[in-house]
Amino acid sequence: MFHIYCPHCGEYREEEEFHAKGQAHIARPLDPEACSDKEWGEYLFFRKNPRGLHHELWVHAAGCRKFFNVTRDTQTYEIKEVYKIGEQPSFVTEE
Amino acid sequence: MTQKNRLQSGGRIDRSKPLTFTYNGKQYKGYQGDTLASAMLANGIDVIGRSFKYSRPRGIIAAGAEEPNAIMQLGATEATQVPNVRATQQELFNGLVSGATNGWPSVDTDVMGVLGKVGGNMMPPGFYYKTFMYPQSMWDTYESIIRKAAGLGRSPLENDPDMYDKVNQHCDVLVVGAGPAGLAAALTAARSGARVIIADEQSEFGGSLLSSKETLNGAPASEWVSFVVDELRGYDDVMMLPRSTVNGYHDHNFLTIHERRTDHIADRAPDGQVRQRMHRVRAKWVVLATGAHERPLVFANNDVPGCMVANAVSTYITRYGVVPGNDLVLMTTNDSGYQAALDWHDAGRRVAAVVDTRKNPSGDRVDAARKRGLNLITGSAVIEVQGSKRVSGVSVAPISADGKSVAGSVTKISADTVASSGGWSPVIHLSCHTGSRPVWNEEVVGFLPGPTVQKQLTAGAINGSYSTSKALAEGQQAALDAIAALGMKAAEVVLPQAVEVNEGQPMTLFHIPHLKSTAKAPKQFVDYQNDVTAAGIELACREGYESIEHVKRYTAMGFGTDQGKLGNINGMAVAASALNKTIPETGTTIFRPNYTPVTFGAIAGRDCGELFDPKRYTAMHKWHVENGAKFEDVGQWKRPWYFPKAGESMQDALNRECKATRESVGILDASTLGKIDIQGKDAREFLGRVYTNAWAKLAVGKCRYGLMCGEDGMVFDDGVTSCLGENHFVMTTTSGGAARVYEWLELYHQTEWPEMEVYFNTVTDHWATMTISGPNSRKLLQELTDYDVSKENLGFMDWREMQVAGVPARVFRISFTGELSFEINVQANYGLHVWEKLFEHGAKYNLTPYGTETMHILRAEKGFIIAGQDTDGSVHPYDLGMGWCVSPNKPFSFIGKRGMAREDCVRPNRKQLVGLKTLDPNVVLPEGAQGVLDPNAPIPMPMVGHITSSYWSANLGRSIAMGFVKGGLDKMGEKVFYPLADGRVIEAEICSPIFLDPKGERQNV
Repeated sequence: MFHIYCPHCGEYREEEEFHAKGQAHIARPLDPEACSDKEWGEYLFFRKNPRGLHHELWVHAAGCRKFFNVTRDTQTYEIKEVYKIGEQPSFVTEE
Repeated sequence: MTQKNRLQSGGRIDRSKPLTFTYNGKQYKGYQGDTLASAMLANGIDVIGRSFKYSRPRGIIAAGAEEPNAIMQLGATEATQVPNVRATQQELFNGLVSGATNGWPSVDTDVMGVLGKVGGNMMPPGFYYKTFMYPQSMWDTYESIIRKAAGLGRSPLENDPDMYDKVNQHCDVLVVGAGPAGLAAALTAARSGARVIIADEQSEFGGSLLSSKETLNGAPASEWVSFVVDELRGYDDVMMLPRSTVNGYHDHNFLTIHERRTDHIADRAPDGQVRQRMHRVRAKWVVLATGAHERPLVFANNDVPGCMVANAVSTYITRYGVVPGNDLVLMTTNDSGYQAALDWHDAGRRVAAVVDTRKNPSGDRVDAARKRGLNLITGSAVIEVQGSKRVSGVSVAPISADGKSVAGSVTKISADTVASSGGWSPVIHLSCHTGSRPVWNEEVVGFLPGPTVQKQLTAGAINGSYSTSKALAEGQQAALDAIAALGMKAAEVVLPQAVEVNEGQPMTLFHIPHLKSTAKAPKQFVDYQNDVTAAGIELACREGYESIEHVKRYTAMGFGTDQGKLGNINGMAVAASALNKTIPETGTTIFRPNYTPVTFGAIAGRDCGELFDPKRYTAMHKWHVENGAKFEDVGQWKRPWYFPKAGESMQDALNRECKATRESVGILDASTLGKIDIQGKDAREFLGRVYTNAWAKLAVGKCRYGLMCGEDGMVFDDGVTSCLGENHFVMTTTSGGAARVYEWLELYHQTEWPEMEVYFNTVTDHWATMTISGPNSRKLLQELTDYDVSKENLGFMDWREMQVAGVPARVFRISFTGELSFEINVQANYGLHVWEKLFEHGAKYNLTPYGTETMHILRAEKGFIIAGQDTDGSVHPYDLGMGWCVSPNKPFSFIGKRGMAREDCVRPNRKQLVGLKTLDPNVVLPEGAQGVLDPNAPIPMPMVGHITSSYWSANLGRSIAMGFVKGGLDKMGEKVFYPLADGRVIEAEICSPIFLDPKGERQNV
């Protein structure tokens, strides 16, 4: 069970209080009508499944109800950092 | 009954406290301080079960958690049955009732044993798979017979009477294991002021020191143990947990400890006591001081009762005062194994031979054996055991220097006990739980904990550091490292002096050769619990399995409740040899939680029965109960389902409720509808983005129905939202969807449109909601309020604030039944009062309470959908015939708009929701029935869609149904056939889903 630091509450809490909401930084296209079916399909359905660093969206569902981002290693399950919506991660995979 | 193997003195048992216990229906005696295993051995019980596959008689082989054979069924009553308890870990108490797990009809006369004896060639690895695979349809039949023959214990048929707890814990340092390393670590950490938990699976702290004759500071080691335990007890911040197994090491230093608080006292927990606890620990640092298990050697017939692990023999003699036989043959590859022979001899029984696989052993213990004049046979091995239900003798032969072949003639020695030692395997299980791969160490001849990302330290035998002095030093160092990392100041601890024992070089040997090839020699067991032999592993390798993970799965090695604690390394060695590889080259073996089996009671804790899941009740629940409601679970809510009167069937009650509502007035408790209060200057714009329809012009005092879609364009919730003020709305959601919708709104606000000024709050529980519906509903409401609720003053889809029954209320004129209908919302605390007032005045109108089922029927008569019943995440508003609820011209591209314009969403022949009338009006289609256009088409018939809602409508005097049909909206009047599992084929005609009052005249009055 993860031990997650909520950047809004400023405390470590048990995973039971949180919901994982999938990959982070997937912005809704500003003009959906301008998207081709393929582009919209990418936005809707395609997600990364990396071995290693992954940026994830979480919500403190049974706490402050705020969303935030987590950089997590999918292999070791280490949480490298948490950061608020709108901020950028400092741990990134070199590609 | 005498305890023929019990010594007159010695051990940590209390001979003044005799205990009686039952095994397989017979009574025996033991002493306080015994385990069930030591008491059985004291009584000379040789056979404690039958093996899993070959049904061979098996005896106790080890003395701790690693025991593969002595897996017992415990419990004096049906309700207290506990399966798969290791006799070696179960403390004896007066009145303990135990039985063998395997063996049918009994362990001594076993039907399956015949099959096992015929034997080896009949049941090779993959036997079940190869034999019973075909035909597949027969597997259920095979399985029940196989399971009966195999037997893995049984669960109780009655409810467990005991209480179990879960406890959350936090600490600076969790020390796992209270042997010399663990005690040194705990003492150092505790003295430095750390918050410490120390847990050990045994009844008392001390670990290996409990069963050794070692001295510390010149005194028996137990004195130092007592000193440390006493000091630890004095610290407020130290929690000491004996009888507590750290079973799982999970992510981020979260560990679970299974504490057995009363299992050593009685069959069920004494009054008011909790039987077991599950500690859920978040530790800043973990010190693993879990020790090591001795490996038995693999030789022919090494499973005959009387064959034991050398160290277990020592433990039974030293700790329990039990010598488990009369004539011992010890086989060892190392010095530590000698201790069993020394202890046996010192207990006054005969050591028939000490067989050392090494040519020229030397060391303190070897010298001690020589000094005692023991019969030392070097460069040799026990290649085979004689006997069936007990060892009767052994065959000893010289072996080659590499240990791969027999190198001389065989000598027979008579003996009733064979102890073997192939060295030690560090107990690395917990370190593997978090995904860390262990690393083979050639010097230790075993796997050591691998690199980890956890805040984990290790000390003592788990590192292959087997001497007491090293264990103590490593324990202290681990604590010092943790203290330093925690930024605390370390306190001084002076470690006791241990006596150093000089040991010679051990020989790396796992599998003892035989005169015959492995395939032809008598069975050489590797994994006792799953009956995996060396020959089986070699066969698996010959059949092409190269990775040890595949060999394990094919042979089932390590898949028992013991997780192969004794056998895995031996099995890997056999596989490596067969594949001409080294052990690390065949792969590593890892372990998963739990280290030893955990009871379901401890896992469940108090989360069972009434407390399994929270129940939500509405403010009027008491009234529903008093008025005979049958209830339905909707999420966690308890909702009235229907209100039967005496003698009524469910259908009778539904018919009466439906008719009363349409003829006069009915009342529904709708409190469970999700309600979300939405405020802020951008609230209106926000609604326009999350709903498919328009919200820009909804005036204060007005209500509107809305559909909510995902980005894929598929409907996921619906409800009515009302405008309370220019910047203030209240949204209703489905009862089950409230939490999901709330999170959805927050998600979009926080991540996509944070610039919008809008606030959400869930107010579901704040309001009690009662819907009165039917032609007399207005008259009834008017009697309870001074506010004019006439058509002119409170129109359809209006809401007003008013006093109802003397309390402030919001009354919404909305309708889910198609009747004149008012939804009265009052603060929850007033709910019951208003409800009762409605009934006081409603009697003359035959006010009839109805539940969810009548609500479903009434709405289906009108063709209103229920999100989640008539939708399944694959239908968009147009599929539902609800295009009227989509406003594609809104300036903002609302959620779902782009999605429902995808190619697949606009193609023809999508499944569309339509009404369906059965040809025979008396037949009600089953929900879920699949429709076909041609009932005579060959199977598999092309299916065109399923029934989503289907009821008997008392008001229409016929059945009605809604369902999906491919292209259904263009097929009005056409026929669909529903072939059912019972052979009937029901014919239905496609129609509008609005079965009643298509013009809506009933609600516009």
